[in-house]
Amino acid sequence: MTATIPELGPDIEELERVTIRFAGDSGDGMQLTGTQFTRTAAVFGNDISTLPDFPAEIRAPAGSLPGVSGFQISFSSNEIHTPGDRPDVLVAMNPAALKTNIGDLPAGGALIVNSDAFTQQNLNKAAYAANPLTDGSLSPYTVFEIPISTLNARALEDLGMTSKQVDLTKNFFALGLMFWLYERSMEPTIAWVDDKFGARPVVAEANKRALKAGYAFGETTEIFHTHYRVAPAHLPPGTYRNITGNEAAALGFLTASKLAARQLFYGSYPITPASDILHQLAGYKTFGVKTFQAEDEIAAIGASIGAAYGGALALTASSGPGIALKTEAMGLAVMVELPLVVIDVQRAGPSTGMPTKNEQADLLQVMFGRNSDSPLPVVAPATPGDCFGMAIEACRLALKYMTPVVYLSDAFLATGSEPWSVPDPSTLPDISVSNATDPATFRPYQRDPDTLARPWAVPGTKGLEHRIGGLEKADITGNVSYDPDNHHKMQLYRQAKIAGIATDIPPLDVYGPERGDLLILGWGSTYGAIRSAVERLQADGKAVSHAHLRHLNPFPANTEQVLRGFRRVLIPEVNLGQLLMLIRARYLIDAVGYDRVRGKPFTIAEIVSEAERLMGEDA
Amino acid sequence: MTTEIPPQPPLSPENAAIIQLTRKDFVSDQEVRWCPGCGDYSILAQTQKVMPDFGYPRENIVFISGIGCSGRLPYYMNTYGFHTIHGRAPTLATGLKAARPDLMVWVITGDGDALSIGGNHVIHSMRRNVDINLIMFNNRIYGLTKGQASPTSEFGKKTKSTPLGSVDTPIMPLTIALAAEASFVARSVDTHTEHLQGTLERAGRHKGSSFVEVLQNCNIFNDGAWRDFTDREVREDRMLVLEHGKPMIFGKDRDRGIRLRGLHPEVVTIGEDGVTEADLLVHDERAEDPYLALMLSRMFWPDFPVPVGVLRAVPRPTHDQLIEEQIATAIARSGEGDLARVLRGSETWTVE
Repeated sequence: MTATIPELGPDIEELERVTIRFAGDSGDGMQLTGTQFTRTAAVFGNDISTLPDFPAEIRAPAGSLPGVSGFQISFSSNEIHTPGDRPDVLVAMNPAALKTNIGDLPAGGALIVNSDAFTQQNLNKAAYAANPLTDGSLSPYTVFEIPISTLNARALEDLGMTSKQVDLTKNFFALGLMFWLYERSMEPTIAWVDDKFGARPVVAEANKRALKAGYAFGETTEIFHTHYRVAPAHLPPGTYRNITGNEAAALGFLTASKLAARQLFYGSYPITPASDILHQLAGYKTFGVKTFQAEDEIAAIGASIGAAYGGALALTASSGPGIALKTEAMGLAVMVELPLVVIDVQRAGPSTGMPTKNEQADLLQVMFGRNSDSPLPVVAPATPGDCFGMAIEACRLALKYMTPVVYLSDAFLATGSEPWSVPDPSTLPDISVSNATDPATFRPYQRDPDTLARPWAVPGTKGLEHRIGGLEKADITGNVSYDPDNHHKMQLYRQAKIAGIATDIPPLDVYGPERGDLLILGWGSTYGAIRSAVERLQADGKAVSHAHLRHLNPFPANTEQVLRGFRRVLIPEVNLGQLLMLIRARYLIDAVGYDRVRGKPFTIAEIVSEAERLMGEDA
Repeated sequence: MTTEIPPQPPLSPENAAIIQLTRKDFVSDQEVRWCPGCGDYSILAQTQKVMPDFGYPRENIVFISGIGCSGRLPYYMNTYGFHTIHGRAPTLATGLKAARPDLMVWVITGDGDALSIGGNHVIHSMRRNVDINLIMFNNRIYGLTKGQASPTSEFGKKTKSTPLGSVDTPIMPLTIALAAEASFVARSVDTHTEHLQGTLERAGRHKGSSFVEVLQNCNIFNDGAWRDFTDREVREDRMLVLEHGKPMIFGKDRDRGIRLRGLHPEVVTIGEDGVTEADLLVHDERAEDPYLALMLSRMFWPDFPVPVGVLRAVPRPTHDQLIEEQIATAIARSGEGDLARVLRGSETWTVE
């Protein structure tokens, strides 16, 4: 439930949930501001969910509409699943930020603007014919005009910094103000500043002064009549940290290498939004992790297949366009049956598309984007924290079934964050597998009767010298074979091996009754919006349930049974109906899709209204 | 200047027995399926012959190939082998060697595989000095796809895909390798078996990227690819056998040589116009700068005798060594990674 800010009154007001959006020029430090507020709210114990939204350009022209960067955080005293449909508070650092974000602020919402930035030049850049601060167009909102640049400059005036340097700290003034407004401690941010700028005392001092000046402004001026409190959430007991999906994935893969007792090898080529995983793993040298920044996407996966051949737990990562380049090598990994995890952090396409914006439209690409029948398992995490467990799951399947596995994340999961209960690594399951060692029994394509996996014989093992490759191999011996019956058999083996995984993964779980009018079926990052929508619909007395697929190939064994428990099945996707196509083709169930491809996650309201519309048709 | 070959890597006691291996130990049970008369047979035979000399156990040797006729070679070697996809063998070799520095890794490729579809990977594996031995079979034609022009085909070459002659300028493979900072660059010929053996042996012993171009005949689609200067009757007059520290002399009568004139090489005859052996260029494969090697890589028949042998062999830290060193340094400085600590991150809070 989203609480709006009530009538302003004296003192302190208790709120259940607040959503703030910081918006400014991409040079204004909005991502940093948002991240600092997030850390503080997380450490305070709120449940949180965040949505960074930034342009692909590193620095679009200052003050321009394409250059606006935003960061939305929702924090709550209850469990929440999304970063909030619409902000309660919008902080707009310039006219362009106001123009691109005001449409999302509900009437009555609080708008804090840096009035210093509303110069004629900036108004022109944002294509405002008249100054919105004076033309009455903001009358539906509670507007707080604050000369942030001026006030901040005054607080820093004796530090001997240039006006440009001073201006770079004004985001911390806004952050300080938000800290006061929501009763947050400045300590975590001050500690961060000291750590980050310790070597540059003037810069550290400037940021701390800006932060404190913003806080003091809230405290001492009459402009806000009250401030607000959002109590800590009642999360299950445990030790928590804030985590993004990419951070959780990197930790998951590192953990998997420990659980498998194998060297971790990561071959990658820089691409948004997957690169952060490379950066993080490159820092784990003390774990013996080997990261390899390749000359291109193909070399990245090639090196990883080479490392897997040598016995490493090997990964490669990219986003949609890079996955397209890796396609042929993924087929090779299918053919030679070596373990490999291919990470696809999806973004809006086709082609280069909108590199920093969200989409989940690579599902059919990873399912079928290879020559011939070339099956491989596909897993998809549902939330930022879930990226940890699904990373381990992807490795488990790759090792146990000797197969490439696709781990399908997306930009929203990768950069969004939530509190995460830190696991004790000693409680996590062993996922190790053995290499072949016995020359008497070793046959390169002699399959395990249960898993149909072939043995993993790594170079260096005496007596197991053998040859593998992309040419079709004879069953058992692995010699090159053009025999028609052998090829047919091997195609069936490859298919059956992946299909058989269905019995080795958790059944599809239903949130709500197992029978009803409507099942909303989702996958990937739509989890939060669907779950929140279903909670609302159930609270309204509707017979609606939610099921979320984390395994997309194969589907869990009970999937058809779950779907048949409902009169209608609705599949919301940030694509034009890809899971929908698979479900309809596989089960001949008349599911309907709900597709929104705007580069943004679904809102809860969109899913609620679509569900109501669909149930209205039946009524 | 000396001509000694760098010493062989020391043998462990366990490996000492391996010296007893012979060519036969490296012959796999697979039937060789190249066209009769193909130059690849000779390259395979010389490769099998030199293998016992390296002192590696058979199971620690891996042959990785791409696509093309050359790509079949790993099937015929009784070692570990991986026949990969077109042009990408160097990438798999890079990953394998990074994960497993203990292995001896050979990359078998062709002119199309290495210089067309896989050109990028050859360049980058060389500049990283990945410790691999890349043997490029150069027959100036696409053989497996039955006779199209390759990146080393002559300008104007008529093939199935270029019926009026190729309009593409050919690539000079050794120049590419040198430009990519390869630390070992050499050339040999399929039919010059002794020279080929010696060259493969030098490549195998070099720590770092070795790039060996083997001029190879395709008797079906490009017969006589290099005949003009490799045939027995003419080779001494038309090829220059490079030897470190020796003057560049060639010819049946050992009376012709290469002299530097300004920035250009020229062919001279000893004894004519007052030219003596002292005027000739002396080969230096270990020169730190690549100028001499680059000059040799540009010399080609009919303007010059074609240089064969080692153009360049310089020491440089290898890719796998540098990776291992970074890990060792990080562990020496901060100790082995603590997973529980990394999972907690910099800030946590506790819910009771």
